[in-house]
Amino acid sequence: MSAGAISPRRRAWAFITNALYRLGISGRTALILAPTLWLAVFFLIPLLVVFKIALSAFALGQPPYLPMFDWGADGSLSITLHFSNFLFILQDALYANAYINSVRIAAISTAISLVLAYPMAWFIARSDDKYRNLLLMLVILPFWTSFLLRVYAWMGFLGRNGIINNALIGLGIIDEPITMLQTEGAVFVGIVYTYLPFMILPIYTALVKLDQSLIEASADLGAQPLMTFLTVTLPLSMPGVIAGSMLVFIPAIGEFVIPSLLGGADTLMIGRVLWDEFFANRDWPVASAVAIVMLVILVVPIMLLSRAQNAVVEKDA
Amino acid sequence: MRRGYFTTIMAIIGFAFLYAPIVSLVVFSFNESRLVTVWTGFSLRWYAALFNDSQVVAAGLLSLQIAAVSASSATVLGTLAGIALTRLGKFRGKTALTGMVSAPLVMPEVITGLSALLLFVSMDALLGWPGGRGFTTITIAHSTFCMAYVTVVVRSRLVDMDRSLDEAAMDLGATPLRVFFDITLPIIAPALISGWLLAFTLSLDDLVIASFVSGPGSSTLPMVIFSKIRLGVSPDVNALATIIIGIVAIGVVAATVIGARRQPNA
Repeated sequence: MSAGAISPRRRAWAFITNALYRLGISGRTALILAPTLWLAVFFLIPLLVVFKIALSAFALGQPPYLPMFDWGADGSLSITLHFSNFLFILQDALYANAYINSVRIAAISTAISLVLAYPMAWFIARSDDKYRNLLLMLVILPFWTSFLLRVYAWMGFLGRNGIINNALIGLGIIDEPITMLQTEGAVFVGIVYTYLPFMILPIYTALVKLDQSLIEASADLGAQPLMTFLTVTLPLSMPGVIAGSMLVFIPAIGEFVIPSLLGGADTLMIGRVLWDEFFANRDWPVASAVAIVMLVILVVPIMLLSRAQNAVVEKDA
Repeated sequence: MRRGYFTTIMAIIGFAFLYAPIVSLVVFSFNESRLVTVWTGFSLRWYAALFNDSQVVAAGLLSLQIAAVSASSATVLGTLAGIALTRLGKFRGKTALTGMVSAPLVMPEVITGLSALLLFVSMDALLGWPGGRGFTTITIAHSTFCMAYVTVVVRSRLVDMDRSLDEAAMDLGATPLRVFFDITLPIIAPALISGWLLAFTLSLDDLVIASFVSGPGSSTLPMVIFSKIRLGVSPDVNALATIIIGIVAIGVVAATVIGARRQPNA
């Protein structure tokens, strides 16, 4: 290729990179700035706006809150902070109950998921190489189909005329249909069902790396299988257990779809309260305050999750 | 004995638990009766009903468009973030970027939705943009939360990738941009494809965030499904579920076959 023949494409590139360079933006800076700015504008700032509106007063109108910053006629700025929304949700038993209920339901669902997921993860980790990937794919596959439709499937299973009631009546085990849908139990089923893959995968990752010879050594030294499990296997898989538990617990706390489709009118969960506050009552400031308190509750679980994930990563290195 | 009876039985129960509801959705989509749970005979009438429902078809098309645009922008942004976090060493704001990119993964959907809506309302008041809610606002909100998932996928691929290939190309005099397009991009392409597909599915499936940031006349498919099933089971939703499950199954099988061909030794 002769030195003079520069393709138009290359010339265009040179022009763009030159222009950016003159603005003081190198390729490196642009690469960092694009995703950082996007997330700052569409993720970080929105959270700050929620905080701001949580401190504003409710008003009838559009938007349904009073401005926090007020410019007076003389150009002076007055800032009004209303802590009334927080006081309101801390004093009203409805909100306190919803928070406690969410934590309780999420914790019980997490425990059930763990009991179900641990043996499954163990089974997959101890399978032949041939089948292991297939089994893993079977765990992940439901995640790719619609979450909403998988919750809907349980409405068909648990309803009064649902598959389970029909089967039990058909077999002559019961005479009257059992009420299963619109109960707290149905919410447990829905959460466990939806988030089970998130529990299985981190435990599997921990178990598959576990050195088999440690278990054999424990057995050789005379430990019963249960003893080996409690003193060797379980402690070594703990980062996976914690990561999996938090991956179920955290989304379960804010869950809206599952309690509203499977739960009863009395199954109060905070995601549903926030939704109703926003869509039914149109009280944006209270909805924002509810969101802020929910975030505060999630701080500890999120820290636990990130510590467990770091522990898994460090083991890899 | 490597696997006890206990774990085998638990695994069978677990997989049955995962798949029984999906199987029942598919089976009863071909049921003749309006009752979703009593079998009366084979019929395709609910599929016909589905395609004659103009609201469902319109919402489906809107959701597909939103998912395609969101997945594409999420893939571009997520790839940039993945590269910035793995290839650029230390830079100012790296901790902030790491935090912001993983936070959407643990953020409850109701908060993501609420915060995005409040941002758009404030922006409308201050800047006169985006001018109401609909396609644009849903797409921006979806791009943002999907980007986090793409970054995870791309980042792990970049960490696993053999860096000596990049270094060899640079030693031979290739510019960073050239190295990216000729070496890095072809190697991380499978991660980009799976990241795009993941983002596409997440966007297509999202009910909560879309409900907050959508406006009149821009109901997405999950919003229409939700309003149908809120009052009870409805057989045409089973038909829709079967179509979605069919597409996913074909996609996953195709991806596995292609993946197996690409890496015959793996």
